[in-house]
Amino acid sequence: MSALKGLSGSLAGFPGFALRRLVGAVVTLFAISVIIYLVFYVAPGDVAQITCGPRCSPAQVHQVAEQLRLDDPLYVRYWHFLQGVFVGQDYSTGTSVQHCGAPCLGVSYQSGQQVTQLIWAKLPVTFSLVLGAMVLWLILGVGTGVLSAWRRGRFTERALTAVTLAGTATPVFVIGLVLMIVVCGQLQLLPFPQYVPFTEDPEQWAWNLLLPWLSLALIESAKYARLTRSSMLETLAEDHVRTFRAYGVGERSIIGRHALRGAVAPVIALSANDFGSAIGGAVLSETLFGLPGLGRELVHAVTVVDLPVVVGMVLVTGFFVVLANAVADVLFAVADRRVVLS
Amino acid sequence: MSEALVASQAPGTDSSVPGASGARQFWRRLRAQRAALVAAGVVALLVLIALAAPLLTAIEGQDPTTYHPSLVDSARGGVPVGPLGGIGGDHWLGVEPQTGRDLFARLVYGARVSLGVALAATLVQVLIGIVVGVAAGLGNRWVDQLLSRATDVIVAMPLMIMSLALLAIVPSSFPRPVLVALIIGLVAWGSIAKIVRAHTLTLKELDYVAAARLSGWGAWRVARRELLPALAAPVITYAALLVPTNITVEAALSFLGVGVKPPTPSWGQMLTAADIWYQAAPQYLLLPAGALFVTVLALTVLGDGVRTALDPRAASRLRIGTGRRREAKA
Repeated sequence: MSALKGLSGSLAGFPGFALRRLVGAVVTLFAISVIIYLVFYVAPGDVAQITCGPRCSPAQVHQVAEQLRLDDPLYVRYWHFLQGVFVGQDYSTGTSVQHCGAPCLGVSYQSGQQVTQLIWAKLPVTFSLVLGAMVLWLILGVGTGVLSAWRRGRFTERALTAVTLAGTATPVFVIGLVLMIVVCGQLQLLPFPQYVPFTEDPEQWAWNLLLPWLSLALIESAKYARLTRSSMLETLAEDHVRTFRAYGVGERSIIGRHALRGAVAPVIALSANDFGSAIGGAVLSETLFGLPGLGRELVHAVTVVDLPVVVGMVLVTGFFVVLANAVADVLFAVADRRVVLS
Repeated sequence: MSEALVASQAPGTDSSVPGASGARQFWRRLRAQRAALVAAGVVALLVLIALAAPLLTAIEGQDPTTYHPSLVDSARGGVPVGPLGGIGGDHWLGVEPQTGRDLFARLVYGARVSLGVALAATLVQVLIGIVVGVAAGLGNRWVDQLLSRATDVIVAMPLMIMSLALLAIVPSSFPRPVLVALIIGLVAWGSIAKIVRAHTLTLKELDYVAAARLSGWGAWRVARRELLPALAAPVITYAALLVPTNITVEAALSFLGVGVKPPTPSWGQMLTAADIWYQAAPQYLLLPAGALFVTVLALTVLGDGVRTALDPRAASRLRIGTGRRREAKA
């Protein structure tokens, strides 16, 4: 009865909660854009000189500065940037005037390419990497967690606990490096990863990404195993489970139906969070495996001080983190109706 | 941390042994966990190695930065001369491919960088976290709103990406390890600030803090005399878990080539080129990887142990109904 009451109560407040969370996410994103803009456009050295190259004359450097609007006051440039994001902007390439459509994040100092297009081209790689890995780590992590909650107190659980502990302690580039050397180099079971677009050849796409997926999943699943196990153990300790047992409900049913239910909400929330941070964290595995995604593009942009690309990349990854966190909160509220919607 | 700090009771910490000081209780509970004890030993050994790095390399008779071109075969692309990557009496763990620098020296000096940067970064995170968290918890509605939103923004920033970008724009004349520690600290203080704020809000309502506030103490004095001692337990717990994370982040940044720069040795940086050499000199890959693994593992287990010792309730919850006598190791 009380569960029913809680359900109707939370659903009534739910749209308001989701809306508030969304508005909060937008405000956060706006704040991030201001901070990033300030940090990256106030601090750097002579961008015009770097962009132009070491052999440029002062006159040429001045021309570059003018073309990139580097001499405008900061608030003018930020205003321009916002305009670009919401209504698009026109820019001159020196010979002609180009238009950059609505979500315009500026133009690369180096290649002259629009940042939005650049990101758009790299996004499928990063998404392929993260989404595939996520499916794997959910299966691995939740599976391990269920198994160790079921076999609690036995050897299986202790062995699994040790393995997951080792998983949490290994940096992804270490396990990736070792796997690549053993699986691709020594055993030659898998090819050295190379990105093949899904639309071109789905089989090769998956075959090439299998190793990066595995490396990410092995590390991440440890967290899920621990979370699943501890939420299940908490549920198993509750009174209603004891009642089920007293009524003669079998252990399999208690684990599979009742205890697992307690783990659903935290696992969903964590995976939404992790999706966001994995987009940002993909830089490591992309660099290691040579996958041409967002992260590798950022490393490149950082080394050549291509500020519009850096700012655009940080903003886009920030966008995914904020969005994922908001989704995580909402999903958590949907999945676990005990959450107080305040 | 002084004993007095650890001694004070945070909300949620029980005092099952009346009369025993909190610090002694903490040690007793930590000692009761075998895994944590072993981990503490490993961490102590690592710290010792890091501190004694100059001494150890002096005994070996090497240093981490001298090139030994005669020890690598330039005709074969810089593979170390001799069996097992050049292991011998002069070079205990062999030499680095291409440069011939001593691997043992680079490994022990790398421990200095790893531990030093991680600890310094944790210190920065804890300091900012306490200041922001306490100020948000004690301040009026506007202060709280402003600081909480700022914390949200910091939490939402992708850590790796931000550090990567920030490291690129600071001039290279700035001492690199200090910079890496500062940036990790400045980018990732959000979660500890949130924890401190939550605890401050709870503590604020407790009688002894309310009494201090009502008797006209200023916010600063209340924070220093009444709140900080009670915040020690949650802050230490969380900080202990931050250290291994920071080790990984430093290694990752150095691996990407933007963290600690050569000639300063760092484990992450050593791994950058290791995959090309794994056949000729496998220890060039295995040593830094193993060092990272052992360090992070030991610190994580120790962190878990500290948490169990400071908040036994949270740990014992997991044991109910499992029928096990031993401590839950998760």
